[in-house]
Amino acid sequence: MSTKDIVAELLASVGMDSEHGFGSDVARIEIHENHVVGLKLVPGLHMDVEETDEGINGILRLAAGVQLEKPVHICFGVLPETGRQHINLDIRIEEEARASFLAHCTFPNALNVRHTMDATIVVEPGARYAYFERHVHGASGGVSVIPRTQVTVHEDAEFTTEFELIKGRAGKIDFLYEAVCHARSVVEMTTRINGREDDSIIIGEKALLEGADARAALISHIALRDRAQAEIYSDLVATGDRSRGHVDCKEIVLDAAAARAVPTVEVRNPSAHITHEAAIGSVDSRQLQTLLSRGLDEDEATDLIIEGLLSKKARWTRDSLTSV
Amino acid sequence: MNILSVRNLSLSFDGKRILDDLSIDFWRGHIHAVIGPNGAGKSTLASAIMGLEGYTTYDGDILYNDESLRGMPVFERARRGITLAWQEPARFEGLSVPRFITAGSACKDLSYVRELLEALGLDPDRYVNRSVDRTLSGGERKRIELASILAMEPRLILMDEPDSGIDVEALQYIFKGLRRLKDQGVTVIMITHSMSVLAQADHAFLICQGKLQEQGCVNKVGKYFVDKCFVCDHVNQPLAAEIKA
Repeated sequence: MSTKDIVAELLASVGMDSEHGFGSDVARIEIHENHVVGLKLVPGLHMDVEETDEGINGILRLAAGVQLEKPVHICFGVLPETGRQHINLDIRIEEEARASFLAHCTFPNALNVRHTMDATIVVEPGARYAYFERHVHGASGGVSVIPRTQVTVHEDAEFTTEFELIKGRAGKIDFLYEAVCHARSVVEMTTRINGREDDSIIIGEKALLEGADARAALISHIALRDRAQAEIYSDLVATGDRSRGHVDCKEIVLDAAAARAVPTVEVRNPSAHITHEAAIGSVDSRQLQTLLSRGLDEDEATDLIIEGLLSKKARWTRDSLTSV
Repeated sequence: MNILSVRNLSLSFDGKRILDDLSIDFWRGHIHAVIGPNGAGKSTLASAIMGLEGYTTYDGDILYNDESLRGMPVFERARRGITLAWQEPARFEGLSVPRFITAGSACKDLSYVRELLEALGLDPDRYVNRSVDRTLSGGERKRIELASILAMEPRLILMDEPDSGIDVEALQYIFKGLRRLKDQGVTVIMITHSMSVLAQADHAFLICQGKLQEQGCVNKVGKYFVDKCFVCDHVNQPLAAEIKA
């Protein structure tokens, strides 16, 4: 299969069209297995990539002051039933630069696919980095997704990440985001996953509110059915003056599924404040009864409640990548 | 004539009788009020009619269009046209207002949602992109819940404390919604201890300790409630002589 065909197939698996979908001012990075199959940059955005036997090494820089109007589109994927993908990524958003990333991770045919990533992200003072990652998995659950990300968010900078896996089987998910937040920085990490059958989900979201007036929110919304299992570790530590944080952990557990939430909130500064809310259990009885009293049966009502739990509009959709 | 008949209904929790051999007929197309002091069994009656979890084991019967509701699940009752507006409507984090409103409706059009919101005094532009979550006030959620009820085009609505937790302006829109329903031939049963809500009804029933104390026109029942219940020192322990049925 040609490189062009691979790109087309990758994009088609996430409902996109390589020929007509993108505007000329949209940066794109497509990686299939351990090969870069597509790379288009825009002024101010630099990327060096190296293919090795172990995987891809990538260094991405957004130059100081550059503000990308359109999100950068990233597509990582493995199309065959079996395969490996490993990506080392070093991202730096320089001072006062702004960029958003719309990432699709697609493993539509996976029976035995392993995707791993080690990333470091530095958001320099006054910069903004926002990353929305949507996973497209097949029906078999034969995929392991194991990313590790270290984030440093400098003064007055913002870092936002959303991880969404709603359609298809989750398979094995084991990810960890760790962020250090400097003065007046803002960090928001959101995870929304729909697990079923024997999916196994481990989520680690950690933030250290080190700087004064730093803020962070760690949000995980997960729905589990059948025999799916999830463990959610949310760690929020506040040491900075007047730093503020919130942990929001909601899991709906149905059938023989199980969820375990382990929130750790720690305040080491009397002017700091962290709040925490968690709810694990079956669907809320009042919500369920309300929808039953509108004529939905129990399955329909449960699906609608889960749809609500897992829905949050992404800041960018694929429409934001197209030409005007 | 009757859309709903409660026949010798008795229901107990933990050995305490909440509804006690209660019989009431609700006429089709009318707005009824069931009034009484706190703990009289009003909400229990609504929950039993709707068939909510925990309210399905009772003596006696509830007939809807002459069909017994015994053993019928909530959603089946709803599909026959019965629904309930809650005293405190549930929040649905993430669920959009249009999705909630049209949950039980055959019509899912956004234009229909906008029309319903407008009819209840809510600017559609401010609500169609929001979720039914904690960012909505109690009055907003009550009106959005009523919009969802209007959308499903029910035949019998149970409204538990329609004035609870809302301001006067919102209440007027709720009442407007009720009148719209009545104009469509829908039967409404309001559960209340409020005289202003009672005033919206065509007909009223007063219950105390799960027994029927008084029934008739709103003025008569309201007067009974004010004269006897407001000053009563044996709330929910009615005198045998006062029990109607």
